[in-house]
Amino acid sequence: MYPENLFYTKDHEWLRLEGEEAVVGITDFAQKQLGDIIYVDLPQVGKTLEAHQTLGSVESVKSVSDIYSPVSGEVIEVNSELAQTPDLINRDPYGQGWLVRLKIKDKDELNNLMKAAEYEKYLEGLEH
Amino acid sequence: MSYIPISEKDRKEMLERIGVGSIEELFCCIPENIRLKELLNLPGPLSEPEVLQYFQEKGEKNLYGQYLSFLGGGAYDHFIPAVVDYLSSRGEFVTPYTPYQPEVSQGTLQVIFEFQTLICQLTGLDIANASLYDGATGAAEAVLMASRVKGGRRLLVASNLNPEYRQVIYTYTRNLDLEVVEIPYDRSGRIDRAGLEAALNSQTSVLLCQSPNYFGVVEDLKSLGEIAHAHQAMLAVVISEPLSLGLLEAPGKLGADIVTGEAQSFGLPLSFGGPYLGFMACRKEFVRQMPGRIAGQTVDAEGRRGFVLTLSTREQHIRREKATSNICTNQAHCALRATIYLETLGRQGLKKLAWINLQKAAYALEKLTSIPGVKRKFTGPVFNEFVLEFPAEWETISRKLEERGILGGLSLGKFYPGLDNCALITVTEKHSREKIDHFARVLEEVLR
Amino acid sequence: MINVIREPLIFEISSPGKTAFRLPPLDVPENPRALEGLPLREDIDGFPEVSETEVTRHFTRLSQMNYCVDFGFYPLGSCTMKYNPKINEKVASLGSLIDIHPLAPESLVQGNLELMKTLERLLCEITGMDAVTLQPAAGAHGELTGMMLIRAYHQAHGNPRKYVLIPDSAHGTNPSSAHICGYVVKEIKSNERGTISLEELEKEMTEEVAALMVTNPNTLGVFESDICRIADIVHAKGGFVYMDGANLNALAGITRPGDMKVDVLHLNLHKTFSTPHGGGGPGSGPVAVKKILEPYLPVPVIEEKDGRYYLNYNRPQSIGRVKSFYGHFQVMLKALAYILTLGPAGLREMTEIAVLNSNYIRKSLEGIYHLKYDAPTLHECVFSDKYQKEFGITNLDICKRLLDYGLHPPTMSFPLIVHGALMIEPTETESRRDLDLFIEAMKAIDREARENPELLRTAPHITYVRRLDEVQAARNPVLRWEKK
Repeated sequence: MYPENLFYTKDHEWLRLEGEEAVVGITDFAQKQLGDIIYVDLPQVGKTLEAHQTLGSVESVKSVSDIYSPVSGEVIEVNSELAQTPDLINRDPYGQGWLVRLKIKDKDELNNLMKAAEYEKYLEGLEH
Repeated sequence: MSYIPISEKDRKEMLERIGVGSIEELFCCIPENIRLKELLNLPGPLSEPEVLQYFQEKGEKNLYGQYLSFLGGGAYDHFIPAVVDYLSSRGEFVTPYTPYQPEVSQGTLQVIFEFQTLICQLTGLDIANASLYDGATGAAEAVLMASRVKGGRRLLVASNLNPEYRQVIYTYTRNLDLEVVEIPYDRSGRIDRAGLEAALNSQTSVLLCQSPNYFGVVEDLKSLGEIAHAHQAMLAVVISEPLSLGLLEAPGKLGADIVTGEAQSFGLPLSFGGPYLGFMACRKEFVRQMPGRIAGQTVDAEGRRGFVLTLSTREQHIRREKATSNICTNQAHCALRATIYLETLGRQGLKKLAWINLQKAAYALEKLTSIPGVKRKFTGPVFNEFVLEFPAEWETISRKLEERGILGGLSLGKFYPGLDNCALITVTEKHSREKIDHFARVLEEVLR
Repeated sequence: MINVIREPLIFEISSPGKTAFRLPPLDVPENPRALEGLPLREDIDGFPEVSETEVTRHFTRLSQMNYCVDFGFYPLGSCTMKYNPKINEKVASLGSLIDIHPLAPESLVQGNLELMKTLERLLCEITGMDAVTLQPAAGAHGELTGMMLIRAYHQAHGNPRKYVLIPDSAHGTNPSSAHICGYVVKEIKSNERGTISLEELEKEMTEEVAALMVTNPNTLGVFESDICRIADIVHAKGGFVYMDGANLNALAGITRPGDMKVDVLHLNLHKTFSTPHGGGGPGSGPVAVKKILEPYLPVPVIEEKDGRYYLNYNRPQSIGRVKSFYGHFQVMLKALAYILTLGPAGLREMTEIAVLNSNYIRKSLEGIYHLKYDAPTLHECVFSDKYQKEFGITNLDICKRLLDYGLHPPTMSFPLIVHGALMIEPTETESRRDLDLFIEAMKAIDREARENPELLRTAPHITYVRRLDEVQAARNPVLRWEKK
C-alpha cells in the first residue's frame, strides 16, 4: 500500500525522485480519508514553491484539503488528466493519479521526508 | 400563548425521567448573577384577535395606499397572479428548512433547479445560483467574485448604478484591499465611453453596470463588453427591473460574464423593501467562484432523476474563512414565488407584459413631456422608467403633487448633484391610461 | 406523500401557445417608436408555456415531496425548527402594511416605521442591549454587519487590528464573515467540557485581536459559564465580544447577552422568533449593540420624536448600507406578532420547555448513543455514531433511516469537534407524543444497526427518491435543464 521507493510527508503527500525532478501525489491513506474526489486545483506551470507551501487542493463532496509541496522547487508539469477524471486519484494514487512534477531546488530537503516504513508507523500512531 | 403542547402532567413525568426536581435546575449552568430575577418588560400576551387588531391599527396609520404612485427605482409595483400567493402559501413550501436531506426535499430542490434554469434562459448565461439576498448584495457579490477570478484590485462601477447598490458595494469592499472607481454618465444617460476608457487599466477586474440603469436608460452592453474585454476585465451587468428581459436581448448574448440583480418584479409584493430576491448567473468557467447555493441534477440508488445541493465546497460551512462568500441561506421562498410567477406568465406572457410596460411608459413620457417646461433629461432609449427635468426643484414640485394625492417620482438630486430639477418616473401595467392622464393634468396644474 | 407520480420539470410539459395568465389589453395607443434603439431579443429560448391547471398541479405535487414542520418533528440542531404560527402569516400579508413602496415619504408610512421601531425596542429588552439594526437579511449577514461595526470602531480609534478569535466549535459563517471584514481568523481549541479554555484565551488575546466571536450556548448546547470572565479578558486588551445569537432559544427570558458583557450580537428571527424557514430563506438577522458601537450602525436608523418616526441617513460614522432599503420587513412583522402573542411569561416558558424537551431526549438516548461531552446542555444536545460505528454504521445511515420512520433527522456532522455528530434540537413546540416517537425510532435504529445493518446502509426505502448520488452531481455538474 505504501511503495518502498517513495518519500512521504506528515500531510500525506508522496514524492518520487526522478533524477533532478520529483513527482508528487497524495497517498492511498489520504485518498481514502477524502473519499470520492470530485475536483483538483493545481498550480500553474512555472510557479516556484517553497517546501510546505500550498501547492493546490483536492475536493470531495463535503471537504476540501490543501496539498503542500514536500520540497522546494519549480512546477514543470501538472497532471492535466485530473481536470476531466479527478477520480484517477482514488483509483491509482501512486500512478495515474499523480499531481505535479517539480524541478527540485535542494535535494537535501529530501532528508526531512519519511520512508515507507516510517510513514506506516506514523499512520498507526494516528489511528489510535 | 406559547404554542406549547406539553401538559403539566407531561412536565412532571419528563422531569422525573431527567432526574431533576424542577425546570429551574436545568439552568444551573447559568451563573446566578446574570440570571433575570423578574420577567422581561414586554407587552402582551395578546390573543389572536388582539394581535390582528394591533397590526390593522398600525396599517391605518400608513396613508400610502391613498396615493397614486409612480415610484420605482429598484422596487416595482406589478400585478401578482392569484396562483402565486395560493401555491406559495402551502405549508410544505413555507415550513421546511434548507434542503439538506434531499430525499425529503425534492420539492424545494426541483423548484430551485427550475429557478436556475429560468434565470439562465432570461440572462443568456450558462449557470445560475439558487438566489442571493437582494439586488444590492448581488452587485457586491458580483464585484467580489470578479476580483477573485481576475485578481486585479480595481473595480469599475457605473455611477448610474442604483445609489443604494453602490453604497452596499462600498460597505462590502471597504475592509478588503480593493479600489472602487465610479464611471461618469453622458448626455444620453449611459456610461461615458471616454470616462470608461480612461479608467481601465491592467489592474481592473471588472466593469459593473446596470441596464436599464438608474435613469431607466438601456445601456449598449455589447460595446461595453468589448471595451472591458479588450482590457482583460469582466463585464458584470446588474438588472434591477428583470421584466425588461422579456423584451430586451439577454445580457449573456451581448458579452456579459456575470449577470446579477433583483427579481422582486417577479411575483413579490413591494413589502416596504423586503424580503426581495437577488439572483446571479455567470459563464460556466467561473462556477467555482460563484457565491451561494446551487442545486444540481443527479440520480438515486435506483437510477431515477433527483436533485441535490452541489458544489458546496465553495461554501462557508466547508471552506470556512476561504469560502467564496459568507452567505448561508438563499431566498428560497422568494425564488419559489418567482418560479411560479414566471411559469404562470410563460414565454408569451412575459414578452407581452414587458411590451405593455414599455408602451405605457412611452405613452406617459409623451404625455408628460407635452406639458410646457417638462423635458426628457436623457436621450438614451428606456424601458418602463425615465428621467424628466422640470423648471424648478423636484422636491418642491413633488410636495405639491403629494398634496394632490400623487407620488410623482423619485428625487435624483440627493444622489446626483446637478439633477435637483429631475425625477425618476416609473410606469407599469398597473397604471391605467386614466391614471397617467390624471397625473399629467395635475402636474400641469402644479407647474402653472 | 404520494410517491407514485414522477413529476417532470415544467420545461418538459411545456407546449407552444399555452399560458396560465391573461393580461388586460393595452389601453394606450401603441407607439412603434417606443422600440427604437433597443436591443430586442427574438425569443426566450426554452421558456415554459403551460396552463393554470398544469402550474397548480406541478407545484402541488412538488410540495408533496417536501418534509416540513407542519408535517412533523424537525429536530435540526442550531436551526430551531419550531412551529410557525399562522396568525403571523396573516399579519404579514395585510395589504395596508405590505403594499407599500419602500421609498414612500416618511409621513405616509408612519405605521410601518412604528412597527419596526417597536420591534427594535422589544429586541433590546430581550437581549439587554442598547440599540438594534433590523437591516441584515439573515444570520450570516448579521455576523458580517456586526464584525464591520467592530472594525469601524477600531479603525476610528487608529488601528483596525488584525485577528479575530473563534472557537473550533463555531458555525462556518463565523470565520467566513470575519474574513470578509479583512481579519485573520485564529481558532481557539475547546477544552474537555467543549467550552472555551480561559488559559488558551488569555494566551491568544492580545492588542492585535479585534474581537472574540462566541456562540452561547455553544453548538454543543453547553452554556459558557465563564462568559463574564471571558468578556473581561477580551475587554482588558481592548477587544470586543461578538455573540452569535443563533441559540437564543436557550436563553430568552432567563438571561440576557447584554448582562453577560457581550458587546454585539446578531439574532435569527427565523429561529428564536418563529418566522418560517421557507425552504432556506428568507431569514432576518438583526444586530444588537451596546452604546459604544451605536454610532457605526448601518444607515438609515429609525428615530422617533414626539410620536413621529423618521429615517436618519445623516450618520457620519456609519459603516454604510449592508442591503437595499430597511431589511426583511415581512419577516419582522411575523417576529413582532410572535413576541406580542407570547408576552414576557410566554417567552420565558418558551425557553424553559425548549430546554426541558432537549434534556428529555438526551436522558432517553444516553447510553444508546454516544455523548462525547457530558457537561449539562440547554436547548440542544450532540450525540455521535461512535457505538453504531462498531457495526459499520455511520451518522449518515442513521439519519437516512430516520426518514423511513417519517421523521426528519438531526443536524449531521456538525459541530466539527464531534466526529459523526448527531445534533438534536427539539424546540418547545413538540408534544410528548412526538418526542417519544423520535426517541423510540432512534432506539429501534440502534437495534437495527446491530441486527440488520444493511437496512440502514441502503436507507431510505420509502421516500420519493432513494439515496442520491452526490459524487456524480459534483463531478459532472448539471445545473440547469437544457433543450434537447
